[in-house]
Amino acid sequence: MASDDLPEDKHLIRNDWSVLREFTPARIGLGRAGTSLPTRVNLQFQLDHARARDAVLAPLDVPGLQMQLGAIGLASQAVKSMAHDRHTYLQRPDLGRTLQSTDARLLREQWHGKAPWDIAILVADGLSSLAVERHAVPLLQRLLPLLQPQYRVAPVCVAEQGRVSLGDDVGEALQAKLVLVLIGERPGLSSPDSLGIYLTWQPRRGRTDADRNCISNVRPEGLDYAAAAQTCAYLVAGAFKAGLSGVQLKDQSRVLENTALNAIPFLANHSLPTIIPE
Amino acid sequence: MNFSTVLGHQTYHFADLKTLLAKASPARSGDYLAGIAAATREERVAAQWALADVPLAAFLQNPLIPYEQDEVTRLILDSHDPDSFTILNAMTVGDFRNWLLSDAADSNALTAIRKAVTPEMAAAVSKLMRVQDLILVARKCRVTTAFRNTIGLPGCLSTRLQPNHPTDSAAGIAASIVDGLLYGNGDAVIGINPATDNIQQVTTLLHLLDDFISRFEIPTQSCVLTHVTNSLLAMEQGAPLDLVFQSIAGSEAANRSFGIHLDMLKEARQAALELKRGTVGNNVMYFETGQGSALSANAHHGVDQQTMEARAYAVARAFDPLLVNTVVGFIGPEYLYDGKQIIRAGLEDHFCGKLLGLPMGCDICYTNHVEADQDDMDMLLTQFAVAGGTFIMGIPGSDDVMLNYQTTSFHDALYVRQVLGLKPAPEFERWLVRNGIFNETGGLATGAALPDSFQKWLRLEQQHGQ
Repeated sequence: MASDDLPEDKHLIRNDWSVLREFTPARIGLGRAGTSLPTRVNLQFQLDHARARDAVLAPLDVPGLQMQLGAIGLASQAVKSMAHDRHTYLQRPDLGRTLQSTDARLLREQWHGKAPWDIAILVADGLSSLAVERHAVPLLQRLLPLLQPQYRVAPVCVAEQGRVSLGDDVGEALQAKLVLVLIGERPGLSSPDSLGIYLTWQPRRGRTDADRNCISNVRPEGLDYAAAAQTCAYLVAGAFKAGLSGVQLKDQSRVLENTALNAIPFLANHSLPTIIPE
Repeated sequence: MNFSTVLGHQTYHFADLKTLLAKASPARSGDYLAGIAAATREERVAAQWALADVPLAAFLQNPLIPYEQDEVTRLILDSHDPDSFTILNAMTVGDFRNWLLSDAADSNALTAIRKAVTPEMAAAVSKLMRVQDLILVARKCRVTTAFRNTIGLPGCLSTRLQPNHPTDSAAGIAASIVDGLLYGNGDAVIGINPATDNIQQVTTLLHLLDDFISRFEIPTQSCVLTHVTNSLLAMEQGAPLDLVFQSIAGSEAANRSFGIHLDMLKEARQAALELKRGTVGNNVMYFETGQGSALSANAHHGVDQQTMEARAYAVARAFDPLLVNTVVGFIGPEYLYDGKQIIRAGLEDHFCGKLLGLPMGCDICYTNHVEADQDDMDMLLTQFAVAGGTFIMGIPGSDDVMLNYQTTSFHDALYVRQVLGLKPAPEFERWLVRNGIFNETGGLATGAALPDSFQKWLRLEQQHGQ
């Protein structure tokens, strides 16, 4: 809430620079009562926090997501982690990282014999089922044409109560060379629906964060689908070329629109150097 | 070495030092997750009882993680100073608490024993301390560092201005920087968490921050919180880098999960020192830590999360950092379940860090999947500042729109400075006064309009019509 939305009140000090809110979703120019937050601003925060808390607890509609995937011609397989419910999931990351043994067997028996898969894809609820329901399918629509037919992509796994490392179990069960995990990130006050993409070369249980590359905040108001898909495809190509992923695989792609991204219209005599990649 | 306590008819046995420390640790979800916490409340106190009788020297003789296996253990033991340890040599952990609370342990005495205290000793004594003990002792510790201003002077509380944007938009980041500066924030560092690790983008952000700091002539430093290898690349490409950032943890294996080792930090520090960008000091490193990170990487070696956190401070102090930040509530409920656990952890981390001689800040924060809210943060903020905390975060309206969590706001810093009479770093405060943001008595002077000095650079009027 910008300060120009605030009611007249002689104890309130507004901020003229609240007009800069057009450049960021951050809560700038809030104004002040003394040096503290104005009442309305404070209540808006409480409302947003309440909504974010509710979003964490909302369950993933697995059949609905599988129907969406089917509608764009993608085969899918529902799987579960060892965390049986939300409460367990939140306190036991070890269980959220582990595939139920029946599902691991199912993947091995039904799918891994079908082909040597290059890429496995896991869509997991993580901390925001809303993110997955809104963004996983539109992202895959843009990503898959960049990956196929060069790479053989396994049927999409859809997991409830899943964490990032669950992709290691899935990738291992499918004997895939690389796994992409599309997962709901922790909901923010201003973004209850951020999707994250994690890329891991040679997914096996025991991989660490240093072995992964992450593309964060995928949603129309953040990193849009097309840009996320391009970065992801760039990293996939890099992983296959170098035979690794993680901190040694650098994102030197220039998919980010630097010119637009680096303009600061409200700053006088502003110019940032153009960086030429080596 | 095993330990036992007899309480009434019950005898409690503890197989080794790390078991004893884990069982003595105040309750937190991460230790339960690891399966190393006390089974009952009585067992916890029994462990604390036994821990109080353990000689400090025992921590030198019984490394929690073997010397041969772990470069952090080697760093801790190889850098221990036996000369200053003579005053502590005869003490037990219980004696150490009494001494720390006594008048004998004044600021000078606490400075003198820094290199004699290992992280394990600091963690052990903290487990016997109440919140008020953690506050009282930390407040007596004096740690100052410097780059373009002086951080950690008595009566000062600094802020990291954290102008994150979901897509690293320069205009979005700049808008948050302007807001933060106009609310008197940003003396610890202006530090961006980039949305991606794209090297070109990291370099562009470094130029953006350099441009702001030069243009407004701000006595502060900048940082882009990217992996140390990216900072090295950026420096090679000639980027204007002030501080090297890295997340660190308390074991070699946990650091490996972050993709780092000690030599890598040494190399990066050396490269940053050679840039000679500091004006009043040469502390060029910015570290972040947080309880639970080692367990999260399955690299905790059966050691409790608070002790592992203290071990990360041994890594930090080997590189003379400008700032060390415990990001206490970011990791989630599986490690720190609720506001109560977060508050205690933040004060423990600050105490241990200060005792070891570090410029400890605290990211007083929580995520939306933890049982905590703004009231919990207000309590930690107030207690942290009373304890003499070095710096906190400052972000617009407590809402980090990139990292999706809540930390302290620009307003929060002003609140706590007001109630406790605290000031920003002196060089930065003079800049605030010179630019009409603070008045001569340190109060916020801005009205609705931009101060004159900002009107020279910013063109708000053009935005109105859009």
